[in-house]
Amino acid sequence: MSVATQDTAIRTGRVTRTLIYVVLILFALFYLLPLYVMLVNSVKPLDEITGGGMMSLPDAFTIEPWKQAWASAQIGVEPTGLKPYFWNSIKMVVPAVAISTVLGALNGYVLTKWRFKGDTILFGLMLFACFIPFQIVLIPMARMLGLMGLAGSTYGLSFVHIVFGIGFTTLYFRNYYAVFPTELIRAAQIDGAGFFHIFWRILLPSSGPIAVVSVIWQFTNIWNDFLFGASFADASSQPMTVALNNLVQSSTGVKEYNVHFAGAILAAMPTLFVYIVAGRYFVRGLMAGSVKG
Amino acid sequence: MAQSANADLKTRLQNWIPKLVLSPSLAVILVFVYGFILFSVYLSFTDSRILPSYGWVGWENYSKLWRLSHWEISLTNMGIFALLYITLCTVIGLGLAIFLDQKIRGEGMLRPLYLYPMALSFIVTGTAWKWFLDPGIGLENVMHTWGWESFKFDWIKNRDYAIYTVVLAAVWQTSGFVMAMFLAGLRGIDNEILKAAQMDGASNWNLYRRIIIPQLRPAFLSAFVILSHLAIKTFDLVIALTGGGPGRATELPATFMYSYTFTRNQMGIGSASATIMLMAIAAIMVPYLYSELREKR
Repeated sequence: MSVATQDTAIRTGRVTRTLIYVVLILFALFYLLPLYVMLVNSVKPLDEITGGGMMSLPDAFTIEPWKQAWASAQIGVEPTGLKPYFWNSIKMVVPAVAISTVLGALNGYVLTKWRFKGDTILFGLMLFACFIPFQIVLIPMARMLGLMGLAGSTYGLSFVHIVFGIGFTTLYFRNYYAVFPTELIRAAQIDGAGFFHIFWRILLPSSGPIAVVSVIWQFTNIWNDFLFGASFADASSQPMTVALNNLVQSSTGVKEYNVHFAGAILAAMPTLFVYIVAGRYFVRGLMAGSVKG
Repeated sequence: MAQSANADLKTRLQNWIPKLVLSPSLAVILVFVYGFILFSVYLSFTDSRILPSYGWVGWENYSKLWRLSHWEISLTNMGIFALLYITLCTVIGLGLAIFLDQKIRGEGMLRPLYLYPMALSFIVTGTAWKWFLDPGIGLENVMHTWGWESFKFDWIKNRDYAIYTVVLAAVWQTSGFVMAMFLAGLRGIDNEILKAAQMDGASNWNLYRRIIIPQLRPAFLSAFVILSHLAIKTFDLVIALTGGGPGRATELPATFMYSYTFTRNQMGIGSASATIMLMAIAAIMVPYLYSELREKR
């Protein structure tokens, strides 16, 4: 099929087309609005916002709110800014993404190329685990993390995210490997190649695209998580989202909206960056997570 | 002889390796997901308060739960929220997808703009909308300084309307994603049928109504499943946007469970509410996953 046949055969008149453009652009503005609000207000002095200028460009440009949000804003009881929490999030995300992706690749390989009786049911169990309301595991998980000595640490959070990420990463690799020619595997087996040899030499070299999808999906999900961070982390291990919420909700003193907006952008920046440089893969992951196959 | 026995052992080992590789993931999921689910369900039948306790109380937590006005509010809000959220996301998503599918110049630029909210944390989304909708500094205040003195928009502070601001922010976040799902469906439709129908003189409206939209059924189903599951799990957005308030006006089951378990120390009732949430999601996800995985064979 050529690219041309992907376009619809529907034809529209000039008036309709103009209307369509107007609607599409209005929606684009709607989606951009919060980002605009966050950006322009993060570089304004506070009195410009409270004085009714939320939608205007800054009169007096300042990066002071950014500095405060990063290094000196009051988060909980400490005036540390978001910086330490940013690093907490990094420490939590990196091992969780790496380990869940490796496990997902191995699981996907087993579930497509080394099938056995009942494997689909096992996969279904793994997948359903991603969709449960996590409230149902909060209480025992908190106790178990305590017993394992992982309570209130970024390791504990990484562990939880690995458990609830395996289903998705397995799904990605399973769908990807399912269309990989099984004859190649059988041929290699006849030549005496073992399980890991086949994985390492035949499947892994062609797994680049799906690994990117898996890494991006996991990174976005785990970075953006709030529930687990709020439930299992203590003040020294809270991730960025929890710290941002504490910053915004703090009821003491003057509400520094400009600092809140700067903090929100800081929290959004890593995932937004990934989306901008690798949006195509992000969308693929999103779609595979909903429309299987 | 020895060599063939050795080879035999090797093949047997080879047969075990795949299962061994799968087993850590499976073990972890069986214990930390399914074991914990059983434990939480069990807690919902006990007299647990601030800590788990094992005195069996039967259905007492459930009957208490259903008498709580707080829970009733959460469920009513869930109904309003889920209905509007799913409907609006579907309508906007389908509309944008159909419009974008008309050989639009600049589609490559518009699509990412519609989708980027999906990459953000709900806490970020909540923060941005919270201050934008705040009557003191946000839209209302801006309109006043622009000269529209009588403009009033205080939904986020209004008990009767606050839940609609949660809908607004949630639709903002996910409608672009639904658009992408429908667009993928539209791009997969065979143009030959459309051309044939056009020759027969079918109008665009009829083409969409009779041929195209019915063919998008799988996309509708996926959108519904994903959106309803997201709706039931909505938690962070409410925390960041309204904190459940004003009063209890925007409490949802997820925030109810959290506050009953962790701040009100009613772990038994909290577990009962979590069990009901799980049932609701299972009722949607289990048949869906079952049919998806079965077709694959």
